[in-house]
Amino acid sequence: MNDLIVKTIVRWVIPFIQVFGVYVIFYGHVSFGGGFSGGALIGASLILYAITFGLKASKKMVPHKRSQWMESLGILWYIALGIVGIYASGYFLGNKTAGFFMGEAGQLLSAGIIPLLTIGIGVKVASTMITLFQKLVEENEDV
Amino acid sequence: MKKIFVVTVLTLLFLVLVYSVLEMPDFASLNSPAYNELARYYVENAIEEAHATNVIAAIITDYRAFDTLGETTVLFTSILAVTSVLKGKKHE
Repeated sequence: MNDLIVKTIVRWVIPFIQVFGVYVIFYGHVSFGGGFSGGALIGASLILYAITFGLKASKKMVPHKRSQWMESLGILWYIALGIVGIYASGYFLGNKTAGFFMGEAGQLLSAGIIPLLTIGIGVKVASTMITLFQKLVEENEDV
Repeated sequence: MKKIFVVTVLTLLFLVLVYSVLEMPDFASLNSPAYNELARYYVENAIEEAHATNVIAAIITDYRAFDTLGETTVLFTSILAVTSVLKGKKHE
């Protein structure tokens, strides 16, 4: 799309969407949201960028190599936290029993494993959305 | 003949389904089988056991974290399937 108004507005809107997405991910255990919804917000902002500025710019921003790493690290991080739980307490993905920092309910730094897992899920969902979009658009390079 | 048979069978099926819908518990009823002690347990103990004020987050990433691992694996598998089918033109 080659429209000055759309490009300018998108350039202004994207940071706000991404900040909101990061907020939803980090505060998933305190207020609404979580990894899936926050990751979907960030992925949607990346898709908006791809629609407005074209596939080439989007690939410069999120190359396949980077999304590949995000993809794999998201899930490996999740499994690694589960294995830490096995070592510490004997339960896969154990939370309180594994001795993660629990803190006080309602604070940002609390709830042990929950925010850590949420970050992994958010990274994974965002990279999945943008990779899927890029792959589908690549088939007919019109956008 | 075949048509009559099909219509009767479908009508009977329709009546059975309508009957089972009428037997379903009311919306948000306390007596519905889905509202058992498990839901009450989560609401009462999520803050104490998971220290999370968002009970849903406590359920999906603490009590049912293994299930969420499965969901993440589904995402991984789906992207794997798409990248293997749609190869694109060239890898840059």
